Amino acid sequence: MRWIRWALIGATLVALPILAQNAPPAPSTRFVAVLDPAHGGTDGGGRLSSGQLEKTATLALSVRLRSLLNARGISVVTTRESDATLDSDRRATLANHAKAQLCLSLHVSESGSGVHLFVSSLAPAPEVQFLPWKTAQAAWITRSLALAGALNSAVAHAGLNVTLGRTALPGLDSMTCPAVAVELAPERASDGSVVAEPDDASYQAKAATALAAAVLEFRSEPRQP
Amino acid sequence: MIPRYQKVLFVLLLAASLAMAGILWHLRNRAHQRMLAGEDSAPTQAPEVEPAEQATLVAANDADGSLLAQERSLPLPEDPGTRARVLLGKLLDLYASPDSAHPVPGGAAGIAQVFLLPAQSAQDPLPADTELAVVNLTGSFAANHPSGIETETLTVLSICATLRANFPHVAQVRFLVDGQMRPTLAGHADLTRTYLTVNAVPTGASNP
Repeated sequence: MRWIRWALIGATLVALPILAQNAPPAPSTRFVAVLDPAHGGTDGGGRLSSGQLEKTATLALSVRLRSLLNARGISVVTTRESDATLDSDRRATLANHAKAQLCLSLHVSESGSGVHLFVSSLAPAPEVQFLPWKTAQAAWITRSLALAGALNSAVAHAGLNVTLGRTALPGLDSMTCPAVAVELAPERASDGSVVAEPDDASYQAKAATALAAAVLEFRSEPRQP
Repeated sequence: MIPRYQKVLFVLLLAASLAMAGILWHLRNRAHQRMLAGEDSAPTQAPEVEPAEQATLVAANDADGSLLAQERSLPLPEDPGTRARVLLGKLLDLYASPDSAHPVPGGAAGIAQVFLLPAQSAQDPLPADTELAVVNLTGSFAANHPSGIETETLTVLSICATLRANFPHVAQVRFLVDGQMRPTLAGHADLTRTYLTVNAVPTGASNP
């Protein structure tokens, strides 16, 4: 009977690697980014010097950034894919339902220069089970500042002027994820003259590439509670 | 021979003419007296101008998103609400100037009123003299304000910082447009919330 015991041990050793290969993979957390192209529909937003409305330029920037992030294996949820009217509460609702690891609210403007990054001006607060809608972002301020830091580094590395600030923006304050409002302003020379408008395709591509690089960097950072 | 009725008619017409001349003379004198009385009520002295005082305007700069404090010598009224309106009007005049670093059209006319009220807080008890400033902007100022997160945020923060620099007891600021609540200034900056002046701190100082 000894040979039977050895045969069972041998069969087990052979079968183990095969079983291991067929075992279901360990569950991995999906990295989801929410892109919120601001304005849309009846809300045109600001008007650029080219005559284009802000809602059109933000949608174009969102499409570019979504393609870059998808190509890098990041799942993207957008609050709008067309010229649809969405209020700020609806945008925050969509972002919160996506259980995203980060949210970027995309804007363009004729004022200032380069890329403006804004984090909510709410004071940091501990995360609790039920959050007030108007100040839900307070529990994510620390992570939002970390995200703004990653975006700042990447955009500056791309050679674009960056301005960091805090703001009270409807919608952003209600998001339950690390959230930053990104405002693309004209690229200006040192004398203040405009080099590229925010709706310029190559300028948007440059900015989107930098933002995508920042999202990748942020994904690799160790998460804090 | 002149008939009698013609003599009577002549006398009556002569009397009427004299009476009318007398009335005309009297009316002329009254008009003259009225004119002299009007001249007496005209101002003969220049209106009193309040003495100039040192005030701080915290002006925004779109180029780098900064808030810079500028010292100015301005004649300011005594009443705190009027004083705040004049100060904020001067700030908006800076923004309306052609070489402004934060161009916003409208100028001083963009501030309709400023009310200073006792402040309240649901969370933390505030000192008794803490005040809330309610800044009532005009609809035309909001309608013509450039749209954008940075430019709108800087306008709001520079108003808060200017109030804080000149009225240390003002801890909170709320905004109205034409006396009504409005969701945003020009599509971005939230005007429904109460701003804390402690969060609006100038990043530097500059000479005018």
